Amino acid sequence: MPVERLLKDDATEEKGERARMASFVGAMAIADLVKTTLGPKGMDKILQSTGRGRNITVTNDGATILKSLHIDNPAAKVLVDISKVQDDEVGDGTTSVVVLAGELLREAEKLVSMKIHPMTIIAGYRMAVECARDALLRKAMDNKQDSEKFRSDLMNIAMTTLSSKILSQDKEYFARLAVDAVLRLKGSTNLEAIQILKKPGGSLGDSFLDEGFILDKKIGIGQPKRIENANILVANTAMDTDKVKIYGARVRVDSMSKVAEIEAAEKQKMREKVQKIIAHGINCFINRQLIYNFPEELFADAGILAIEHADFEGIERLALVTGGEIASTFDNPESVKLGHCKLIEEIMIGEDKLIKFSGVEMGQACTIVLRGASAHVLDEAERSLHDALCVLTQTVADSRVLLGGGWPEMLMAKEVDELARKTPGKRSHAIDAFSRALQAIPTIIADNAGLDSAELVSQLRAEHHKEGSNAGIDVITGGVGDMQKLGISESFKVKQAVLLSATEAAEMILRVDEIITCAPRRREDRM
Amino acid sequence: MALAFDEYGRPFIILKEQERKSRLRGLDAQKANIAAGRAVARILRTSLGPKGMDKMLQSPDGDVIITNDGATILEQMDVDNQIAKLMVELSRSQDYEIGDGTTGVVVMAGSLLEQAEKLLERGIHPLRVAEGYEVASRIAFDHLEKISQKFEFGPDNIEPLVQTCMTTLSSKIVNRCKRALAEIAVKAVLAVADLERKDVNLDLIKVEGKVGGKLEDTELIYGIVVDKDMSHPQMPKRIEDANIAILTCPFEPPKPKTKHKVDIDTVEKFQTLREQERKYFDDMVQKCKDVGATLVICQWGFDDEANHLLMHRNLPAVRWVGGVELELIAIATGGRIVPRFQELSPEKLGRAGIVREKSFGTTKDRMLYIEQCANSRAVTIFIRGGNKMMIEETKRSLHDALCVARNLIRNNSIVYGGGSAEISCSVAVEAAADRHPGVEQYAIRSFAEALDAIPLALAENSGLPPIDTLTAVKAQQIKENNPFCGIDCNDVGTNDMKEQNVFETLIGKQQQILLATQVVKIILKIDDVISPSEY
Repeated sequence: MPVERLLKDDATEEKGERARMASFVGAMAIADLVKTTLGPKGMDKILQSTGRGRNITVTNDGATILKSLHIDNPAAKVLVDISKVQDDEVGDGTTSVVVLAGELLREAEKLVSMKIHPMTIIAGYRMAVECARDALLRKAMDNKQDSEKFRSDLMNIAMTTLSSKILSQDKEYFARLAVDAVLRLKGSTNLEAIQILKKPGGSLGDSFLDEGFILDKKIGIGQPKRIENANILVANTAMDTDKVKIYGARVRVDSMSKVAEIEAAEKQKMREKVQKIIAHGINCFINRQLIYNFPEELFADAGILAIEHADFEGIERLALVTGGEIASTFDNPESVKLGHCKLIEEIMIGEDKLIKFSGVEMGQACTIVLRGASAHVLDEAERSLHDALCVLTQTVADSRVLLGGGWPEMLMAKEVDELARKTPGKRSHAIDAFSRALQAIPTIIADNAGLDSAELVSQLRAEHHKEGSNAGIDVITGGVGDMQKLGISESFKVKQAVLLSATEAAEMILRVDEIITCAPRRREDRM
Repeated sequence: MALAFDEYGRPFIILKEQERKSRLRGLDAQKANIAAGRAVARILRTSLGPKGMDKMLQSPDGDVIITNDGATILEQMDVDNQIAKLMVELSRSQDYEIGDGTTGVVVMAGSLLEQAEKLLERGIHPLRVAEGYEVASRIAFDHLEKISQKFEFGPDNIEPLVQTCMTTLSSKIVNRCKRALAEIAVKAVLAVADLERKDVNLDLIKVEGKVGGKLEDTELIYGIVVDKDMSHPQMPKRIEDANIAILTCPFEPPKPKTKHKVDIDTVEKFQTLREQERKYFDDMVQKCKDVGATLVICQWGFDDEANHLLMHRNLPAVRWVGGVELELIAIATGGRIVPRFQELSPEKLGRAGIVREKSFGTTKDRMLYIEQCANSRAVTIFIRGGNKMMIEETKRSLHDALCVARNLIRNNSIVYGGGSAEISCSVAVEAAADRHPGVEQYAIRSFAEALDAIPLALAENSGLPPIDTLTAVKAQQIKENNPFCGIDCNDVGTNDMKEQNVFETLIGKQQQILLATQVVKIILKIDDVISPSEY
């Protein structure tokens, strides 16, 4: 007897082959979508938001593209999620992870149609991924001891990362910027100390690294524009009207004169507060909240530079770089730690006035000022630089390095191939498939560059059969080249994360044999 | 339709708005119900066993869940049919009671219903079927007791526990590192277990997850991990030998519950009020300082001024810590939760050997680790994984494993898995059936057949020929009189589950049979379904 309505209306259920097909198709569609952005000759995408203003974003960054997509297919959502995690965790390789997962599923689909059970495929994939990781581990190079070489490794990695982005024109310049900035951090992974300022105008080549800290604020009127040996108090306190915080307090008066008195008392209170602040012996005061005219005037009188409304991040960063603490009460001037810097001055970038703090206590901080023709260019430049910075900090933490240009994939593919030959049983098909999926990445890089991928990849494979080969795809000349000589490197940590999370995601999707979609919650159509 | 007529032939209306209700009666009702129950069981059938597949569920908000856990699948499924809802409840109660075997219980109920349908077609009254099932379930229950084995474990010998947890985990996606996870689960349970009273409070085990890293990085922390950071960015990130004040009052000006107004009408009042406010903040911090606290954990927020004062007086603080977490911290550190500043006293402080903040990845994610607590009875399992769905599924799998370990501590009897217990019960029930007089004999025999459904599903999911495998195993069990023969799902080469180390808890299995029988009895007893029709 047929069952009517087991699930709620609009809820759908897909089973067995159909469910598997739906998730394969969804995952592959996502992978194909971002596939063309892979590699140095990858193309960009324009994303138009559906919100007001229809803002557009031009980007090459896999995570950014996938984040902005509205996806309905559940398997595709898994891929979007791994890309997001990759972004949070290592910062780069967001496209590769999706493409690799997509290729793994594409191969799996062929195996499933050959009547191989998904569980067998998973078992094979698991063996293969172990083998591939071992191969990577064995081939990873570590130049941590040799600081000269390590720096050149970092440069290479930064250039490789940037070469696929909009910054590729000036990649050497930006790579140096990024490496300098990261090395200043001295091993910490705190990217907060690196500030990226975007100012439209000029060209990308005009971007520069500033050793100090730049705050995008103006100096109050009538206050000094330049202070040497500044003592800075970083504060988070109300400097407009200092409200009484006790609950239920309100002012109730019965005559005009009383109003005036209370107003005077309020003024007095503010004056006292300002006096207390001044008593700290400072010549620069930076507040997170607004500073009204009255206290501002008082500060100006005392010859103190007062900066209002620095946002929360700005304040935290300032506190971090100048070594001061964020203060909210001012009763014990002797024990509050003040921040110091050698010079505060107003500088001009383009048409904007900014405040620059140089000679700060913590040498770790720096600011990268990006210049570019339009906001879109700047946004994309920031994303690219962010990727590079992330990869570099990760590399500083885990200094193992691999070559790039499809070299790690071919290396893994070779090892996995050998494993397949040794493994009896149906699993060897899956292991074989894994190696094919790995080889798909250099194929896509070559395809995107308009090269003859079949020819190149087969050449590569032959090269890799020799022990200790450094061969990879040289996109510029369109042939097989020595990656070591060309200086194309990638971080081990990124590659490992790509390999592991792509396999994990593929495994998850493969295990599914039924998709149940609940009825979507009704929403008011706001559009 | 239910129409009754009076002596003049006019119809009575019995049900309110009865023309708008649909109604099923008698055998039709039972058949419809059975079909619905079986449909639910059919969905879960493929998830059974180590080679079972997962389900992908999309919630009304578009979130994706991938899971293998029967209870979760059914809960998220948006079921509309009344009988199907009963099945959902069934799996949920197994989840509450035992925590594991939620898939098995539904598959079992489904196959009992299937057998019942055949009996109904032969004209056996549903109640007789229900009674027969009841008798059979008792036989199976007792038989399980008979074939069960006790095994000894202690804090030094956790191997048997680990093995059992591994059996549970092997059907989940995390089976790649089931060994490590099983060890974590067992250690966590043993850390919080009260071996004297044979009781485990699973609330003391906190399961926290964070995306990124690999599954292998999952760790057990003897302490608490809170997804919070210090309230002020410049507070120390590492505190040793912390004395922790656990507060549920905000560092903010007081807010009396009664409505009140403070009127300011003179300058003096304005100034005194100001003075008081300042003093109030000072007092709060001073009180914490006075009792010797070196860390403040608070459920509520801080005023900016208070925050700075805390920082200034070198008193690190954490704000907006949830109530449950606060309780766990209190248990772990041996402190008391203090609702008012006045009640702070040195003996109410909790103690921890080390408190540190750890940051992850490239974003500003930070977590607070509280370790080496005075009372190490609260532990945290910290899961890492490639994506959100993976973490969620790992959490569910670990929950199952924790429950299994707990059940074993309560009752250390086990039966062997891989369908061997079901096959053995089936043989026992079948034999008992022949000795039972009356119509129930048929029902008992059907029960035996229904028990075969689990090994059948296991074999089918593992890609083995189901009937061949089952009959072979059954024959072997009878021939060798060995109740430990089961389905060799992982292709190990032997089907003696004792050698394969595949265990399940006795109470889990017994509960499955009892619960499944009960639900089937309820469903069989229904002979009239009245539902509001669609409008």
